[in-house]
Amino acid sequence: MGEAIVITSGKGGVGKTTTSANLGTALALLGKKVCLVDTDIGLRNLDVLLGLENRIIYDLVDVVEGRCKIHQAIVKDKRFDDKLFLLPAAQTSDKSAVTPEQMKQLIHGLKQDYDYILIDCPAGIEQGYKNAVAGADQAIVVTTPEISAVRDADRIIGLLEKEEHIEPPKLIINRIRSHMMKSGDMLDIDEVTSHLSIDLIGIVADDEEVIRASNQGEPIALHPTNRASLAYRNIARRILGETVPLMPLEDQKPGMFARFKKLFSSKSS
Amino acid sequence: MKKTQNVTIKGTKDGIVLHLNDQCSYQALKAELEQKLLAQSVDEEENSPILAVKIQLGNRYLTPAQEEEIKSLVRARRNLVVDKIISNVITKEAAAREKVENEIVPVTTIVRSGQVLKAEGDLLLVGNVNPGGTVIANGNIFIMGNLRGIAHAGYSGRRDAVVVASNMVPSQIRIADCLNRAPDDYGKEDRHEMECAYIDESDHIIIDKLQVLKTLRPNMTRLKGGFSYG
Repeated sequence: MGEAIVITSGKGGVGKTTTSANLGTALALLGKKVCLVDTDIGLRNLDVLLGLENRIIYDLVDVVEGRCKIHQAIVKDKRFDDKLFLLPAAQTSDKSAVTPEQMKQLIHGLKQDYDYILIDCPAGIEQGYKNAVAGADQAIVVTTPEISAVRDADRIIGLLEKEEHIEPPKLIINRIRSHMMKSGDMLDIDEVTSHLSIDLIGIVADDEEVIRASNQGEPIALHPTNRASLAYRNIARRILGETVPLMPLEDQKPGMFARFKKLFSSKSS
Repeated sequence: MKKTQNVTIKGTKDGIVLHLNDQCSYQALKAELEQKLLAQSVDEEENSPILAVKIQLGNRYLTPAQEEEIKSLVRARRNLVVDKIISNVITKEAAAREKVENEIVPVTTIVRSGQVLKAEGDLLLVGNVNPGGTVIANGNIFIMGNLRGIAHAGYSGRRDAVVVASNMVPSQIRIADCLNRAPDDYGKEDRHEMECAYIDESDHIIIDKLQVLKTLRPNMTRLKGGFSYG
């Protein structure tokens, strides 16, 4: 029996979908069978980030309305050996096409076949949000170190705490610019966590590579050395219960280790 | 047979007290009161000073309508006015209300953006009030944590209510019908630990050190639970 984790934020554009795609990829890389569920009906794009847009035949609304079997709608990611799957959202309907009760049943059914179900929640606190959290056992709240995002995260956490079937939510702080944080122009990590008072499960640095990778339909988590990729893979390990220390934010420039490596490589050549 | 008096008028050092017998019927009581007051008024001067009287009911309960009747009977004599009606009994309803209003309601939670926490008596919150969150209480509000949202003490009109917080950086403070918002640069540099907010004589909400409460609101010290009536 798998676990269903909803990834939500309240505010739009903080990186819910990117986080869903990358955590899904990272969990699959760790050998777990993962199903990503896009609940952003009408504005789907998890499929685009994963590069699976062309393979969609049926979608979530088709399943709920009984036009197809669930396995017909689920798209397999060929890059992984039967590990990563996507249940895409419909693009032609809207959020009211599905009820929380239907979502609950759908997620419950998926939990039989997968280790992890990651539910990508739409922005807002209306019907779409209610659908997304209905079947979840756990929640991850994504925020950025901006006042508006933190305010909305606070609101969402308040709502999540009212859902009795969901464990206390965990926090990801996304798009961290370490130089701005150091200069005090951005909220720092302690400010955000003390304000929201929930457990931090990971921090992800702002990185242009993430955007580039998304545009190519290849989640950054597939990149072996990128910092954001490492951050996502660390979060995936923490989801599995490992204790992984937070990455230091500072070494944007080549750090000590890199310089040593350079030194040695120049000697050997 | 000696007829017991249903209404006795006594002068004490605090003023006139009308003792009303609690064993007779209300009708008899009213009739006798009316008669006595009229009898007295005959030899009273028209322009004598107004006297406040207390009415002692003993173990009798009067409905608000009956209280009003008694008051108007007394008021019919031009130089008397009812100061206070004292009774040993109150309804269960009033007792329950009194209890609720005097209770301290302890809550451990974080009041997040969009949430409203409301208490009928005094509110003791162990946790933070985040920006966008609201706490409301009929009485005082005590917050062991950060107050960053809105606090409204004495919302049904108690102007002596106060707001106390371990860390006082509210977006707004409201007490009864007064409102005060934080200046735009408030709480950026200074620390605001262990502070209280209250209404001063000129109807402004003041934020000050906790120590001032001891002199400003001596009634807040109770040292025992429950409630007193009278």
